Amino acid sequence: MSGFANQPENAVVVTNLVKRYAKAKAIAVDDVSFAVRRGEIFGLLGPNGAGKTTTIGVLTTAIVPTSGTASIGGVNVAEDPIGVKRRIAVVPQQSNLDRSLKVREILTFHAAYHGVGRRERGEMADRLLEQLGLGERKNEKVSAYSGGMVQRLMIARALMHEPEVLFLDEPTNNLDPQSRLFLWERIGELRARGLTILMTTHDMEEADHLCDRIAVMDHGKILVNDSPEALKRTLPGSSALELQTFTASADHAGMNERIAAMLRSLPGTARVDTTADADSEEPGHYTHRLFGDNVHLLIGSAAQAIAECGAEVRNVSVKKPSLEEVFLSLTGRHLR
Amino acid sequence: MGSRTRLALSALLATFQRDLVVTGREFVPFLMQALMQPLFFLFIFGKVLPGIGLAAPNFAALMLPGIVALTGMIAAMQGVTLPLVLDLGFAREIDDRLLAPMPVWFVALEKVLFGALRGAVASSVIFPLGWVILGSGFAVRTDRMFTLVAMVLLTGLVGSTVGLLIGTIIKPDQISLMFTLIFTPLLFTGCTYYPWGALGRIRWFQVMTLLNPLTYAAEGLRYAMVPPTGGRDFPTLPLFWILLALPASVIIVFLLGKRTFGKRVVN
Ligand SMILES: Nc1ncnc2c1ncn2[C@@H]1O[C@H](COP(=O)(O)OP(=O)(O)O)[C@@H](O)[C@H]1O
Ligand SMILES: [Mg+2]
Repeated sequence: MSGFANQPENAVVVTNLVKRYAKAKAIAVDDVSFAVRRGEIFGLLGPNGAGKTTTIGVLTTAIVPTSGTASIGGVNVAEDPIGVKRRIAVVPQQSNLDRSLKVREILTFHAAYHGVGRRERGEMADRLLEQLGLGERKNEKVSAYSGGMVQRLMIARALMHEPEVLFLDEPTNNLDPQSRLFLWERIGELRARGLTILMTTHDMEEADHLCDRIAVMDHGKILVNDSPEALKRTLPGSSALELQTFTASADHAGMNERIAAMLRSLPGTARVDTTADADSEEPGHYTHRLFGDNVHLLIGSAAQAIAECGAEVRNVSVKKPSLEEVFLSLTGRHLR
Repeated sequence: MGSRTRLALSALLATFQRDLVVTGREFVPFLMQALMQPLFFLFIFGKVLPGIGLAAPNFAALMLPGIVALTGMIAAMQGVTLPLVLDLGFAREIDDRLLAPMPVWFVALEKVLFGALRGAVASSVIFPLGWVILGSGFAVRTDRMFTLVAMVLLTGLVGSTVGLLIGTIIKPDQISLMFTLIFTPLLFTGCTYYPWGALGRIRWFQVMTLLNPLTYAAEGLRYAMVPPTGGRDFPTLPLFWILLALPASVIIVFLLGKRTFGKRVVN
């Protein structure tokens, strides 16, 4: 893996990264390796506590790894943190905007910290505030800002010194749908301009929509790392046929076992999930999920099998696999 | 000078300007915060007590340097400690500066330099304030101006480095404890309300005050400010020890604070 860092097409390279916090029981990041190509949007997708923020912390010089290496544009994070800080920008999970400054000053001072000249930083601040829809309120302090505006302002701040790699830690968490959509568009534009973006999220839709590649992370490990399309193909059966059934028979459990067995025997079926509908008032309501590559071709034979067993079909639908299913099948359903 | 050094220095300068802008906007509240206490001290100890015969008439002249030292020390500490505790605890506004292309300890250095400036400004304002309040009791010798300026600056640095160390150790939920357990003893054992030489009769306390850097600041300012009586200089701690202890304290406490700061900002 060590040759990785020298390949110019890789903007970010992480090799065998381990982070164990002092006083912590579990390992936060457990032997993680990945590379982000120049110009792509790479997503770290995982539930709370997976180790996403810690990974970003190492890459942005805020956290010292226990072992392993990380580099940005070929510059080793541990050996040359200042060289790394020149190349990156960070939008953190929680706002860390300077509440003592006015909004426009937050941007101009950030640029000044990075050595951008006075006139240039003024022009850039005005342009970015305009682009992110904050031009009208640039002389306020952030205490008057909504969550969406804070997030936009943090992105504007990150762009003030023209970084090569942008880190976005859960950029749209807790935002209203309008703000989320607006940010998605802006992030898409940044990719079009050639910026490399490493983002974290636990929102599958967001990962699916924005990312060129996704690494699913849980308990400090990367479980898979691929394009969203390829990840969806890894599910057993790439689409699902959902059949809701009802029977008034007292032995509804036995009957539905027979239905499931018959569905399983249909040619082209990879897997069948059967669940009793717990929320309906009368017993006898069941949902059968039939997974396979072309399940829509099985609608007729599945309905026939159900009728033969003596139950009636109440509803039929065909579902495309979602990243959410990939995610849940990899990380499990338990709460964290 | 390499381009990296220049970049780091310009980042340091920009963070200093940021503090200037922020404090400049709050200059009046800053002055009120810094000067309210010394104002009453000067009035009660320099005017009222001598006036009703509870203190010697020259008490004001001895106390004025102590008030200059105390005010500078507190203003410098306040400028560093409280913002740092809140920032490292949860506000994290400091992160943007930690990500600037300079060593992270420059951020601590800037805090110390700016805190010292705050302290020096607050100290300086005591002079006109004392002149107004003390009236004829206001007496400052003018032949040691250079030492005076040096002492004011060193006092600010002592305050801001101590502020850095405390600010990086204390957690937000310990703030009120900090005032009781750290500030109060520090302020009362620093020879601000009494000259060090007069403590000879309470020898153990006199020795103890030598552990407090504020003692050297107050005595240094007494050396530079108290007018001679009958052709004899007022006896203070020897200048040699003062000029040794103050810079040594600044350097040692800064190095300790730099370490704890580093531990707090890089995990
Ligand atoms: N400063 C810290 N000290 C100790 N443990 C931490 C610290 N930060 C995070 N952790 C732990 O490390 C694990 C990974 O956390 P984090 O990287 O924040 O995950 P994520 O961003 O994916 O939610 C969690 O178990 C968390 O409790
Ligand atoms: Mg996180």
